[in-house]
Amino acid sequence: MDYVFLISSFIKIVALFAVVLGIVNYTVYAERRISALIQDRLGPNRVGPAGLLQPIADALKFLAKEDLTPGHVNKFYYWLAPCLAMIPAITTLAVIPFGSTLFGVPMVIADINVGVLFVFAIASLSVYGIVIAGWSSNSKYPFLGGVRSTSQMISYELSLGLAVIPIFLLLGQLRLTEVVRYQIEHGWMIAPFVGDWANPHKWLLAIPMMISFVVFTIAIFAETNRLPFDLPEAETELVGGYHTEYGSMKFALFFLGEYVAMITGSAIIVTLFLGGWHFPWIPDGSQGWGWGLVNIFVFFSKVVVLLCVFIWVRWTLPRFRYDQLMRLGWVFFFEIALANIFLVAIILAYFPS
Amino acid sequence: MAITVSRPKLNWSERLYLPAIVAGMVITLKHFKNMLFGRTKVTMQYPEEKWDSQLPEHYRGAPALVRDESGRIRCVACQLCEFICPPRAIKIIPGEIPSGDRFAKVEKFPNEFDIDMIRCIYCGLCEEVCPEQAIYLRKDYAITGFTRADMVHDKSKLLEIGGVMQGVVLKWNEKK
Repeated sequence: MDYVFLISSFIKIVALFAVVLGIVNYTVYAERRISALIQDRLGPNRVGPAGLLQPIADALKFLAKEDLTPGHVNKFYYWLAPCLAMIPAITTLAVIPFGSTLFGVPMVIADINVGVLFVFAIASLSVYGIVIAGWSSNSKYPFLGGVRSTSQMISYELSLGLAVIPIFLLLGQLRLTEVVRYQIEHGWMIAPFVGDWANPHKWLLAIPMMISFVVFTIAIFAETNRLPFDLPEAETELVGGYHTEYGSMKFALFFLGEYVAMITGSAIIVTLFLGGWHFPWIPDGSQGWGWGLVNIFVFFSKVVVLLCVFIWVRWTLPRFRYDQLMRLGWVFFFEIALANIFLVAIILAYFPS
Repeated sequence: MAITVSRPKLNWSERLYLPAIVAGMVITLKHFKNMLFGRTKVTMQYPEEKWDSQLPEHYRGAPALVRDESGRIRCVACQLCEFICPPRAIKIIPGEIPSGDRFAKVEKFPNEFDIDMIRCIYCGLCEEVCPEQAIYLRKDYAITGFTRADMVHDKSKLLEIGGVMQGVVLKWNEKK
């Protein structure tokens, strides 16, 4: 039994890692193509059919470049920072249920009972990568990027945490597989069309869930430093922000870390609000391994759709000014999330299902 | 005097940002969709599509030497183009036509005729100054080479680009 667990876990880890890195590469490609199409350009279309081999060419370029360490940096932290940017983003994926079951094995690497807490604990660490990069570079633009990143990520972590509390008021536990199971039985959090969907109680709850969803999604944008909130790297004002002094594969790690964080963020949103691997009328893995694969496919399809929204937003909105960012985080989202918790509590207490 | 710019008073839906954000996203989606279905006209796919068919008649491309209908190099090595050339891209070494030749009365021909295409500015003054209608700016524009030496067009290369010019004045054929 233990061997089965060990081997199946190992296979899951390797497979998930491969799939996520594949998605990361093609998210970069999709970002470049979609941004080009939005701006009436064509984007990379030369390498391979429709430019599909572009990510491979990019990776080869990054690997082949000279790995330069500037003389004025703090060497140890300078080398540590890219790892710290990449590792938390990948680690978080461990607790996310990305499928139902396959051959009776649950499709989650670690089904721990503190799921969401673990996600927040690890995701908060990603700020260290940026801060250490900014500080160890010993240069003014990275430093400013690091400082901005610290305050931004800490501010938005708050609304991130408060936005998910309604779900756990409803469920009474933090395990992410339970969140998915609840959504299968009672309908997705923001659109309870399945399960006992005729129940008005579910629709009443969908209103605060929708608010939670919006706040959480925007906070994830801020956490992953995506465009309306990309002050840490702000090309136009900070040159490149925290990764100004980085080159070759160390820069690539920051770059990929941002995209992995995007995937992780999307996966959490999908799990918490959009029904996880569930899609109406598709049975779970207990009906045969084919359905198990379909569940995994459904999960990653939802993630990819969200990633496209991330890209779409990035190429639409301008960057916030710094004081607007802080005001938005502390004055609006924090209050909205807090009020939302009370709203859910009142609904649960006075409008029982 | 300082001017106070009054800030616009926003109503609550404007202060909410969300309607404006959605409107912006609709605009970008429209651009995306039009690009995706090929409704937006975009830049030329250069190596596959080329300018050649759309170049105007007066286009000034690479300068080239031409032959007349009887196959004679029209240049008589007067070196006017060499003198007029603003960036001094042209170098001519004249040679003498032997007396037994059909065109012996022309007396001179270019033994060597080099145009340094790194220096050439495509101004067309050589074409204008030429008394013999021997040098013309053709429509070649993609002049490339791996070395500086590659970029110097010698006589054979210039004649290859130039080819035969029809319908120009053939004053040497009639003169005795």
